[in-house]
Amino acid sequence: MLETVIGLEVHVQLKTKTKAFCGCSTEFGRLPNSQVCPVCLGFPGSLPVLNKTVLEYGIKVGVALNCKIPEYTKFDRKNYFYPDLPKNYQISQYDQPLAQSGYLDIAIENGTKRITIKRVHLEEDAGKLIHEGTDSSASYVDYNRAGIPLLEIVSEPELNSPDEAYQYLTTLKSIIRYLDVSDCDMEKGSLRCDANISLRPCGEKKLGVKTELKNMNSFKAVKSGLEYEIKRQLAILEAGGKVTQQTLLWDEKKQKTAVMRSKEEAHDYRYFPEPDLVPFIFKSADIKIIKETIPELPQEKLLRFVKEFSLAPYEANILTSDKSLADFFEKCSRGYKNYKNLSNWIIGAFLSEINNRSIEPKDIPITPEKFTLLLNLADTGKINSLTAKTVLSEMFETQKSPDLIISEKNLSQISDSGELEQIITQIINVNEKSVTDYKNGKANALMFLIGQAMKQTKGKANPNMVTEMLKERIKNA
Amino acid sequence: MPISKSEVKYTADLARIKLNDEELEILAIQLQKIVDFIDKLKALDISGIEPTSHVLPLHNVFRQDELTPSLKTEDTLKNAPSKEGNFFKVPKVID
Ligand SMILES: [Zn+2]
Repeated sequence: MLETVIGLEVHVQLKTKTKAFCGCSTEFGRLPNSQVCPVCLGFPGSLPVLNKTVLEYGIKVGVALNCKIPEYTKFDRKNYFYPDLPKNYQISQYDQPLAQSGYLDIAIENGTKRITIKRVHLEEDAGKLIHEGTDSSASYVDYNRAGIPLLEIVSEPELNSPDEAYQYLTTLKSIIRYLDVSDCDMEKGSLRCDANISLRPCGEKKLGVKTELKNMNSFKAVKSGLEYEIKRQLAILEAGGKVTQQTLLWDEKKQKTAVMRSKEEAHDYRYFPEPDLVPFIFKSADIKIIKETIPELPQEKLLRFVKEFSLAPYEANILTSDKSLADFFEKCSRGYKNYKNLSNWIIGAFLSEINNRSIEPKDIPITPEKFTLLLNLADTGKINSLTAKTVLSEMFETQKSPDLIISEKNLSQISDSGELEQIITQIINVNEKSVTDYKNGKANALMFLIGQAMKQTKGKANPNMVTEMLKERIKNA
Repeated sequence: MPISKSEVKYTADLARIKLNDEELEILAIQLQKIVDFIDKLKALDISGIEPTSHVLPLHNVFRQDELTPSLKTEDTLKNAPSKEGNFFKVPKVID
């Protein structure tokens, strides 16, 4: 039996207004080379100065990942030549990273598993190369991204399946989004993930030969890329062969990997201390101030939701997966005490509105007050739950208050027995066969008749009243 | 062990410096002299001294996360040996 061993190296782009070492904007999507200056272009004579927010964000993540924050940290130069790197070195951290030796607990099938975080360090991003231009023998460089702050988070190789890797990534993303220091959007490149993968006989301590897998551009791609690479290595080993240590690129379209042509002769980066930046020394009081800005994190919130609102862990898990969503639930819970129903509505109709409209939870367009009003209207029978879903959709569309939508669209539930009586008479008259079927014990026939009544009233009839009245009428007929 | 020509060549390649055979030979000797000079430090007792990466008595120098003007793109590209539109242009590189 072979065991899979995966380690992940995650880069997240920190959400600062300006770059790590200069005051250029980090805004996405601007004209090429419009957000550059002598510092991020590496012009002679320019000097980098660290953005204070970058360091604070980095420490926040370190603390949230249960890392030790050493008293002393410094920056180093990682030297290599590539056209996306204007200075021919990247400012990074080598032997004295910002944070180290932490852990992240991930949910697995029967409980949680603790994954060691080896280190967390700061570095700057490189520029962007574009290979498709008018001149096919040229590449084009945009340095707007050069110098944007990145945080590199390295796990120990302790993940044993693509599922665990996926779980690790989504848990990490959720924590970092709670801290509000990065968008962690893989599709937009604000979270990037490289993996190293190897197989070894179960029980063996020594790691097998590993390959490095890059270019997985979505959470789904991480899973499928890893699955593919594990199968590939397994086939080699089972045939008695040896895995070659190399860097592979995942091709999401073709669903396969390709060997990356060596960027460097060797990974000989000749790190040395960055002389242009001073070191950074923290007192425990500094760390304490930053610690106090860390909000309740998803795992604590989940446990609290289970306890405080008597929710099932799986419900609490969905509600706390995003901070804005969790905040929305909590705000609603202040004015609406049927927590179970609230949770059902948010996880069900509410989330599907959000997903169908591709809205980020932080941009929820309706207020907790209007949402709980809607639930109250449904609870008191002013509208039935089917109509409530229509009204919710309309609320997302127009941001109008539910009572206004109900009166404008004349959606009030019909609970007037006189009015319902008329409708039922009509339905019984035109559906004789179904009435007979029901009398002869076909329960489905009643469902059909109820359906007709709902259709007749455009879904507004009180379904309980319709059911009771139909039963009564047929019994007495 | 003295520095070999192939070590000089490897280092030169990493630094993208092209050297001919004669230069490699001269530099191997010169680099050896530099390394020998640095090796004098080995004679010192440094057992009680912490490694130092910075010699200035300065630390925690920051800037606030505030925008400062970037260069105009035309100025950015002014000295570029090759450009097109808003881009720097370089010989094709493929991963
Ligand atoms: Zn800049």
